[in-house]
Amino acid sequence: MKSLLKKCAALIITLFLVSALAFLAFSLIPADPATSLLGSEATPEAKAALRAELGLDRPLLVRYWEWLTGFLRGDLGNSYLYRMGVGEMLAGKLTVTALLTAESFLFTLLLALPLGILAGSVKNPWLDAACTVLDQAAMSVPPFFLGILACYVLGYGLRLFVPGAYVSPEEDLWGCLGYLVFPALSIAIPRAAMAVKLLRSSILTELGRDYVRTARSRGASERDILLRQVLRNAILPVITFLAVSLAEIMTMSILIEQVFSIPGVGRLLLSSISNRDYPVVLAIVTLLSAWIVAVNFLADLLTRLADPRVRLG
Amino acid sequence: MGKRTNLFLLLGGGLTALMVGLALLGTFWTPYSPTAMGAGEKFAPPSLAHLLGTDNFGRDVFSRVLQGMGASLLIAACVVAIGCLAGTLVGCLCGYFGGPADYLLTRLCDAVTAFPSVLLALVIVSLAGRGTAQIVVALGILFIPSFARLVRGETARHRQANYIQSARLMGVSHGRILTAHILPNLWGVLGPGVVIGFNNAVLSEASMSFLGLGVQPPFPSLGSMLSDSQTYLQRAPWYALSAGMAIALLILGFSLLAEGLQRRRRA
Repeated sequence: MKSLLKKCAALIITLFLVSALAFLAFSLIPADPATSLLGSEATPEAKAALRAELGLDRPLLVRYWEWLTGFLRGDLGNSYLYRMGVGEMLAGKLTVTALLTAESFLFTLLLALPLGILAGSVKNPWLDAACTVLDQAAMSVPPFFLGILACYVLGYGLRLFVPGAYVSPEEDLWGCLGYLVFPALSIAIPRAAMAVKLLRSSILTELGRDYVRTARSRGASERDILLRQVLRNAILPVITFLAVSLAEIMTMSILIEQVFSIPGVGRLLLSSISNRDYPVVLAIVTLLSAWIVAVNFLADLLTRLADPRVRLG
Repeated sequence: MGKRTNLFLLLGGGLTALMVGLALLGTFWTPYSPTAMGAGEKFAPPSLAHLLGTDNFGRDVFSRVLQGMGASLLIAACVVAIGCLAGTLVGCLCGYFGGPADYLLTRLCDAVTAFPSVLLALVIVSLAGRGTAQIVVALGILFIPSFARLVRGETARHRQANYIQSARLMGVSHGRILTAHILPNLWGVLGPGVVIGFNNAVLSEASMSFLGLGVQPPFPSLGSMLSDSQTYLQRAPWYALSAGMAIALLILGFSLLAEGLQRRRRA
């Protein structure tokens, strides 16, 4: 219990540090936003007025504090370019990216667990080598290329879906989830391949342990040994990997949104980077970072829950 | 499969050698100029004259892929060199001397590796601007922690070993112990580490160029070619397939090679 409190404190400190770093980086490094908004020919008075309007004339610490407290209340700042709240700009996009992430994660789980167990129970060395090479190949295809392949073969070739014909979740939730199947699979397949590799090697390590020999000598069937005894131990490193995958999947969805023209957070992030709309970039980066920190915290908690040695030790 | 034949080393080494060979060839000679427009018809399908067809400007796709692979590998090599050199230095010093600096740096490395490198690279590029140099520096810095962690663990393991202790007792200086005793012991982990680094660097660079934030046109890069080719996916599928397969095969070669090296180390 005490260690849990400690972990929570560490989580809060980490989130605080990450937000401070992000804010500092985006406040100190970019050139004067007043100059980039008004152009270099603007009069100093006009620039000063704009700076005052944007609140840039006040000390950095005050600005950070206001930004942080605002962020916690749900005010994510204002876009330089569109002069509207970042929260408003993000509203629908966050849902889409969250749906894509959730669907990708679900597919990763559904692919990784059965295939990993299957790969771990292959006995023939040649078949095992073939499976590993195949797995390595699935791991090596970048998700955005897999997406393009899906568009070409499944979209234009087999006409299973129309690339680019995105449906928003407000309009038709099931239609949206349906459109997201192939983008989600493009993210999930390489990710699942990594999990399969991990689960396979973890199962093989466990199969060599003494308790397996004992179980065999007592006449337990191979199936029972694998599913009831080995898997419980072998799954531990995979749980951590899958939980941490949630961070990677979210980042990959930025790339996949480009391939399938999905209007999510990733597209907004990229266009804001191009437009040098720093408040928007800062807000999205902070949200993504908070997500990543939270996911790592969750992975840690899950490992503790699943493994009595860590839980009690 | 016999104990001595290492299928992964063979396959991975062969594929990597082939791809690196093609990339090297591409830096010195290409069938057509990769940037010459109208080297052939627009959107010509693969033929003997144009092995992988031509793109929307009539440029030879095979020449562009060859040169793009060279660019990808050169960028990856720079990124891995920065990450490996700086990471080994930091890891060696941290693992050998320990203390509060080690604690802080290890924590920092853990924190940085928790973030996907593409996201951090996006942040750096959004602040520093886009371009090849920015990508190399950004990814290079982001690759330091993984090497530092690898080297730190291995160094800390050797620090307590008897041969290091006796060298200390004989009055050998710390610097000499690090370079003459510890460093040669690191090759075992650095070998697969460098290959995995190449694997990740090629993927990260391709991702950034795909997003238009890496290598800038007209310089051919596999990532930006893939992104361009998407518009013409129906008219010229060979364009997307060539660029994408080149990236995938480069990565596959490195990942099989890394797997082979790790298996040999374990055996």
